[in-house]
Amino acid sequence: MGEFKGFMNYDKQQLHELSLVERLNHHDAFQQRFTKDEAAQQGARCMDCGTPFCQTGEPFGKETIGCPIGNYIPEWNDLVYRQDFKTAYERLSETNNFPEFTGRVCPAPCEQSCVMKINRESVAIKGIERTIIDEAYENGWVQPKIPKHRRDESVAIVGSGPAGLTAADELNKLGYNVTVYERAHEAGGLLMYGIPNMKLDKDVIRRRIDIMQQSGIRFETDTEVGVDISREALNEAYDAIILCTGSQNARDLPLEGRMGFGIHFAMDYLTEQTQYLNGEIKAPSISAEGKNVVVIGAGDTGADCVATALRENCKSIVQFNKYTKQPEAIEFDENTYWPLAMPVFKMDYAHKEYESKFGFEPRAYGVQTMRYDVDRVGNVKGVYTQILEETDEGMVVVDGTERHWPADLVLLSIGFIGTETTVPHAFNIQTERNKIVADNKDFRTNQPHIFAAGDARRGQSLVVWAIQEGRAVANAVDEYISEKTFV
Amino acid sequence: MLEYGKKIGLYDSREEHDACGIGFYANMDNKRTHDIVEKSLEMLRRLDHRGGIGADGVTGDGAGIMTEVPYSYFAQHVDFELPEEGQYAVGMFFTNEKIAGSKHEAQFNNYFEVEGLTVLGYRDVPVDTHAIAAHVAETMPYIQQVFVALNDVSLIERTLFLARKQIEYYAQQQQLDLYFTSLSHRTIVYKGWLRSDQIKALYQDLNHADYVSKLGLVHSRFSTNTFPSWKRAHPNRLLMHNGEINTIKGNVNWMRARQNRLIETIFGDDKDKVKEIVDEDGSDSAIVDNALEFLSLAMEPERAAMLMIPEPWLYNKANDANVRAFYEYYSYLMEPWDGPTMISFCNGDKIGALTDRNGLRPGRYTITKDNYIVFSSEVGVVDVPESQVAFKGQLNPGKLLLVDFNEHKVIENNELKARIANELPYESWLSQFKVNLDLENIKYQPSNWDDATLMRLQKQFVYTKEEMDKYLTELVENKKDPIGAMGYDVPIAVLNEKDETLFNYFKQLFAQVTNPPIDAYREKIVTSELSYLGGEGNLLQPNETVLKRIQLQRPVLTEAQLTAIEQSHLDVAHIATIYSGDLETALEQIGDKAIQAVKNNKEVLVLDDRGLVERSGYAMPMLLAVSHIHQLLIREGLRMKTSIVALSGETREVHHVACLLGYGANVVVPYLAQRTIEQLVNQQRLVGDIFENVQTYTDTLSEGVIKVMAKMGISTVQSYQGAQIFEAVGLSDAVIDKYFTGTQTKLSGISIEMIDQENKARQTPKSEYIESGSTFQWRQQGQYHAFNPTSIHLLQHACRLNDYEKFKAFSHEVNHKRTDHIRHLMEFKKQTPININEVEPASEIVQRFNTGAMSYGSISEEAHQTLAEAMNQIGGKSNSGEGGENPQRFIVDEAGHNRSSAIKQVASGRFGVTSDYLQHAKEIQIKVAQGAKPGEGGQLPGTKVYPWIAEVRGSTPGIGLISPPPHHDIYSIEDLAQLIHDLKNANKDANITVKLVSKTGVGTIAAGVAKAYADKIVISGYDGGTGASPKTSIQHAGVPWEIGLAETHQTLMMNDLRSRVKVETDGKLLTGKDVAYACALGAEEFGFATAPLVVMGCIMMRVCHKDTCPVGIATQNQDLRALFKGRAAHVVNFMHFVAEELREILAELGLKSVDELVGRTDLLNRKSNLASRRPKAAAMNVEALLYQHEGDRFRKIEQNHHLEQGFDLTELYPDAQIAIDQGQSFKGKYQLKNEQRDVGVITGSMITRAHGAEGLPEDTIFAETTGHAGQSLAAYTPSGLTIHHTGDANDYVGKGLSGGKVIVNAPNAQREDEIIVGNVCFYGASHGKAYINGKAGERFCIRNSGVHAVVEGIGDHGLEYMTGGRVVVLGDVGKNFGQGMSGGVSYIFPSDVAQFKADNKLASLDFDEITVDAERNVLKDMLEAHVRYTDSLKAKKILEDFENVAKKVVKVIPKDYKLMMQKIDLQKQQTDVLDEALLNAFNDKREVLAPEQQRTAVY
Repeated sequence: MGEFKGFMNYDKQQLHELSLVERLNHHDAFQQRFTKDEAAQQGARCMDCGTPFCQTGEPFGKETIGCPIGNYIPEWNDLVYRQDFKTAYERLSETNNFPEFTGRVCPAPCEQSCVMKINRESVAIKGIERTIIDEAYENGWVQPKIPKHRRDESVAIVGSGPAGLTAADELNKLGYNVTVYERAHEAGGLLMYGIPNMKLDKDVIRRRIDIMQQSGIRFETDTEVGVDISREALNEAYDAIILCTGSQNARDLPLEGRMGFGIHFAMDYLTEQTQYLNGEIKAPSISAEGKNVVVIGAGDTGADCVATALRENCKSIVQFNKYTKQPEAIEFDENTYWPLAMPVFKMDYAHKEYESKFGFEPRAYGVQTMRYDVDRVGNVKGVYTQILEETDEGMVVVDGTERHWPADLVLLSIGFIGTETTVPHAFNIQTERNKIVADNKDFRTNQPHIFAAGDARRGQSLVVWAIQEGRAVANAVDEYISEKTFV
Repeated sequence: MLEYGKKIGLYDSREEHDACGIGFYANMDNKRTHDIVEKSLEMLRRLDHRGGIGADGVTGDGAGIMTEVPYSYFAQHVDFELPEEGQYAVGMFFTNEKIAGSKHEAQFNNYFEVEGLTVLGYRDVPVDTHAIAAHVAETMPYIQQVFVALNDVSLIERTLFLARKQIEYYAQQQQLDLYFTSLSHRTIVYKGWLRSDQIKALYQDLNHADYVSKLGLVHSRFSTNTFPSWKRAHPNRLLMHNGEINTIKGNVNWMRARQNRLIETIFGDDKDKVKEIVDEDGSDSAIVDNALEFLSLAMEPERAAMLMIPEPWLYNKANDANVRAFYEYYSYLMEPWDGPTMISFCNGDKIGALTDRNGLRPGRYTITKDNYIVFSSEVGVVDVPESQVAFKGQLNPGKLLLVDFNEHKVIENNELKARIANELPYESWLSQFKVNLDLENIKYQPSNWDDATLMRLQKQFVYTKEEMDKYLTELVENKKDPIGAMGYDVPIAVLNEKDETLFNYFKQLFAQVTNPPIDAYREKIVTSELSYLGGEGNLLQPNETVLKRIQLQRPVLTEAQLTAIEQSHLDVAHIATIYSGDLETALEQIGDKAIQAVKNNKEVLVLDDRGLVERSGYAMPMLLAVSHIHQLLIREGLRMKTSIVALSGETREVHHVACLLGYGANVVVPYLAQRTIEQLVNQQRLVGDIFENVQTYTDTLSEGVIKVMAKMGISTVQSYQGAQIFEAVGLSDAVIDKYFTGTQTKLSGISIEMIDQENKARQTPKSEYIESGSTFQWRQQGQYHAFNPTSIHLLQHACRLNDYEKFKAFSHEVNHKRTDHIRHLMEFKKQTPININEVEPASEIVQRFNTGAMSYGSISEEAHQTLAEAMNQIGGKSNSGEGGENPQRFIVDEAGHNRSSAIKQVASGRFGVTSDYLQHAKEIQIKVAQGAKPGEGGQLPGTKVYPWIAEVRGSTPGIGLISPPPHHDIYSIEDLAQLIHDLKNANKDANITVKLVSKTGVGTIAAGVAKAYADKIVISGYDGGTGASPKTSIQHAGVPWEIGLAETHQTLMMNDLRSRVKVETDGKLLTGKDVAYACALGAEEFGFATAPLVVMGCIMMRVCHKDTCPVGIATQNQDLRALFKGRAAHVVNFMHFVAEELREILAELGLKSVDELVGRTDLLNRKSNLASRRPKAAAMNVEALLYQHEGDRFRKIEQNHHLEQGFDLTELYPDAQIAIDQGQSFKGKYQLKNEQRDVGVITGSMITRAHGAEGLPEDTIFAETTGHAGQSLAAYTPSGLTIHHTGDANDYVGKGLSGGKVIVNAPNAQREDEIIVGNVCFYGASHGKAYINGKAGERFCIRNSGVHAVVEGIGDHGLEYMTGGRVVVLGDVGKNFGQGMSGGVSYIFPSDVAQFKADNKLASLDFDEITVDAERNVLKDMLEAHVRYTDSLKAKKILEDFENVAKKVVKVIPKDYKLMMQKIDLQKQQTDVLDEALLNAFNDKREVLAPEQQRTAVY
């Protein structure tokens, strides 16, 4: 365990961040790792619980309790406390293929369910994780894992998001010949194009893809399966195929005026911004520069839009939140929420940035969008809303609260309804409610040699669940191929 | 009626235990009188309270008497001619048919004639069966005597033995159920299934005035069961026995292994007439008798007794060098027969009495001026006028007392042993021939393996990070078996889905009630880790060649040390235990190899799996290989020619080593664990050099085994070896019979094929990494724990939100489709349901619920009070645990909060057990054992003894507290009966309950406990929680409650005792379903501990022992306590949820009340659909759990505690009642007898009731008594009661004294040097004064916390565990003085000051001088009071020359105590607020104070 009584002696520390003002001038990552000493002190706070809830990894309703991939958190906390970063890295790698991703973008259900969270601040698990992996890269400990014996069988993975990359990494370690197909220009999927650079530096992804390539994994980018390469060709060439096509079909808000110009899906906006930064396109077609921006939807993607628009030097932003503003803090006799999150008000990085620039935070609460305000030439001018109130019967619109919000750009960030249909159609794969039908034990679709994992199977979720699925599907595929070979 | 050796359901008669009162009376001048017989029988009657009585109140457990053959009586009463005295022998025997005149008579006669003897005739022993119960009379055998002329045969005993043996074999074939109580020309034994007062009435002979004898040895038996026991009554043919031989299984095995040679040595050509030395179906006592009798054919019985039950000699440097040499020499030849035991033997010429090394059985004796001797468990059993007393003494631990009728005197221990030790040149043999390999100086050799090899082996043997970081590292760092907290909540091995090591199928046995565990740390002097390698010599032919064995200081070695042995004169063979085919065949192959090797004179067989370093394959489970070879070699008669070494990669824990030794290994070499330690040093996880760390590891493993042994009361490794002190859970009967022969097991389980599969699967690594391990810590990737994040959070949310649906989700999580517990192997049969409204309400049901014993100290005040408040609200009961309770909680506060624990616990430390505490109990629970660490005591480290804890426990802040492993007043079942009697006297309205831990044979123990008049018996599962306990114990000791509960219920039913006691069970009960199972298996009350803790916020951190509980439950830290958020209401919700779920089940079963479900095993079925993916679980046979007996299934009758007939309620209290009520003084005079126990206890309790903890002013009630006081004189008496007794007293004087005053005055000045009070006086006493005008027995003032006592000499282990008070000893102390003493002060006036200091030096104690006047005055006052009360000559003499007192006295004070008292004193100068001063002193962690800060004296 960490230091005896360390949790009573030290407070939680957040990762270092660039100043709220300075960071708006560029798209560089705003967060930095701990120093080794800082990480060690944070590691000292870990109580090495007999029952480490941080490791639970159970979905509970819409929430997740603890780490889905069961990271050996108490164990590497202790190693970090002893400043043995190398072993900590090895221990971390046993369960997590890509700590540099989760260490940056995971919402950290581990911290939420950390036992210390019952009555104090959690261990800075995510920060420690990030520091371990950064330290590992800096010291050159992250090396390609070239299998000792290369097998004859090969596997195709469709989609290079976190699930696909994980499956590729795992199967390659087992000696399979793995090819990853990606329709975009660069591999990484949502990691590459869905998450803005300031949160996840694209070089971090490239660095990993590089190592994976050196390990023997082939990446076929700019290749859309079902379009650029046929189902037959894949069936012919591979012993198994894993579909990790994600859940990119965005949820629409088809209200009056939806056809107006200037109303876009958030993901389109963010993708273009990344493509632009990457140099894939000359200029983005959607820009927030000098505009009044309305972001509909209160999730992380919405916040990413806020942050990106800020960097584009927009005029104003408001982010609509359907729900009433949560209390700043809850007074309680006993924490009846833990290990679930306590419903209290939180400021994301984007909101703090906005507040620092404009003096108030960008969110509006209890807001129901009624219709878009579109001018005669078809440009969006604003959005009409009403107030929603929480009652016993659920959220109810309050009459007479209509309001107009001026907007030149409206970004829809209200989630995803499921996977796109191209690939399932091409392979004749059964879907249900926009998800590919496969269970979480053998991950098999209705086609015996085709497997599905990640958001395409389970629906929109966290990167860490994608990693969990990627590892599990790799096992399932290995079992499938081994059985087949044995027979 | 049940025959011995039979099993019914879970009951196995071999598990019976007994204990007893023993004694003898003899005239050393060989005067024969009938009076001796009469007085001996009277002695027996006066020991009646030590015997057992059946449920009917008439049936005894057995009694008997040995006398000389009454020659003159027989001469008149047989109808045939008898030769002269000594020319004939008499055999007294039982059969199931009359022999004389039957077809068997000629056969009998023939066997005698073959040996040169002539049968003179037979006689039917006249009996009057009116004296005994009808059902007992029905079982009475034919009791006959045969008279045999000796015809000048030369070796009489040997000849009679041979004849008897042959007749026994014949009778066995003829199924005559023959049993010779005696066959001797000197002694005869009359005994039977009798109460001690019935023997005389049954056997007419004994009443006849012509029946004369110079001696009478008597025995009154207390058996755990009341079954026909004519044979098992004592005395046996040569000896009678009080106690138990714990190592009997090993002794029997070893005896069997060496018997051919021994029989041949004695009988030569006649050897085939004797098939075996011991009758393995006999009780342990009978087996000891067999062995002693056999050895006595070749040597004097006293020497045989010394060999079998040796004194501890290893750490006892004070003994005569020759005697030590004698013992050391014979340790090469035979293991001690170890256990709490006292034997008394008699061959007509001599009577001996011997206590074992621990001396846990009392033996007091009186020699009279006319040369009689009275020896007995108690004083006062034969009336001897004081004027006739020549000497009174006590038989001390390890000592031998011999009455030699030829020398007309008692031969004293030292003289006798010196005499025997000088018969042969043992010392010179040892100095010349003892092999010394100097192994201690052979260094561990670092390995030359590469990391990959090490890791491959670690993975194959499933080493985990948890084991490396939290077991091996901690073990080495702390030099002890690592400590854990909370219970074990992983399924038992056979139900675990994960592949388990075979070691985990074996559960350590432990002592409870019928024998005591021992304290191997504080009483190290009795222990020995010696072990031997090489073939064993011939016990009966002592010579120097015996010493060619190699003596090892410890049974665990390193590879380098093994190499040294290989290079010695011993011939060593390695037998590889690696296999790849099937295990059974592989075992056969190594068996053949082993036999061949021994035949080739290999004296050491090394079972070796180190070959895995070079090649692949599977290692056999080392335990299986060792036990198989051990058993095989015994069967082949080869075991004594060789020794077994386990060179094992799998072995790493203390439990593993204990198992290997227990199943026959002589030495264990855990090579891979040692390499792993090396690795940990290289990784800097351990500091220091490799050699040092490996050595620490190796030594600590050995010491850990000592502690495992100590739990069973075994002191020497040698007798533990092969003793199989384990119970198997989940192995098939076939596996047990073939490979682990004789091991106790209740439910048959997996086969050898499944063991093979599991072993191979386990040794096939599943990951490329070293696994995390999840034995104690939960891991997502690891095994199932009943308390896991999901179950914990559901339970917490359900109870906090009072959400029954969530509770059902929790219940579903832990019960549905799970097979984690034995109960899950069964399901309830479908019945016609009833409407749930017809079922008794939850509010009734919850009154059967109790919370577990958790001490204030192990948990915080907030948590402790919350539980009490919750349980009082619903009419259930909370349990104080063993740490006492703040008296303020006894009062219901203005808001109506009742925070008093209804159950007050009495544990071995007796913390806070005062008269007042006991008065405020509805139930008093004697904790005999605790599920998480049965057979162990506890230790509350000083860092947790915060001032408020110290206050309640009557100790000093910051000073660690020890709960001894045994209750020092319960060494056997009759002692427990006495403690129950004490507590019932101390609060006659409280129910007395006894808490036991589930293990094989707990049912028979429970039956004994019921016969000891307990009102309720608690059967705890092994998985119960703990605030701190060695992980070895948490995981490996005890068995699930299902087995113990079912066995208890069945055994109580069989004995017709179930209706007299309630039965409660606990151990991870979580849901209504769990309770339903427990109820059907026989419980009517239910205990919960971990679940309510979780409800209050516990999240299974398992850091209770570290004082860092982050939710304020298991901590005393004020900052953390402030975080406690538990609420009584939540606990109430939980209890109601459980009751509600139970109601649902009752309704489904068509039952209206819980009572209707108790013991209804007929409603249970084995689960039909045990999934095929659980093959191990599917192999379990649970039939025996479901056996059902007829009769009352739950308590209907109150126990009769016989208080009304006691001294207090017949004499003292009626006389003093008015005075007590009115607070006036009273004085009375009384005469006491030893049967009058607990004198003053009820009277004292009435003072407390009337006047509270304060009691009355000193001496208000003053009783002057004379005679022989029974046990527990003045126990628990409060201030205001004084008992001034003149004469002597038995054990436990002033136990728990709570302010009263006890004076025991010698009857005259000559007696002042002799023992006048028995053992364990002032145990757990907290307050009061005592003046003892003579010597006290062993363990004087043990765990005293406040009494001021003056005594004139004390026995062994004086002041053990004392935490406070002041004790003046005007004389010498016995061995092992002041061990574990952590508080208080003692002033010793030894006969030789320098010698005292030299003999009793301890790192924990200071020997100071008295320098201050104030202190001198305190001492003077005590001495003056002593003179005032007792007229003590010694005290007077000291006072006469008091100016020079400093030269005569040694002040003994614990160092820690002195330092803390000085700190407190310092702090008191800073502040007037006492609490603040105490807390500051507690927080002052300095180890030394500056000289000017040291107060001049602490006293």
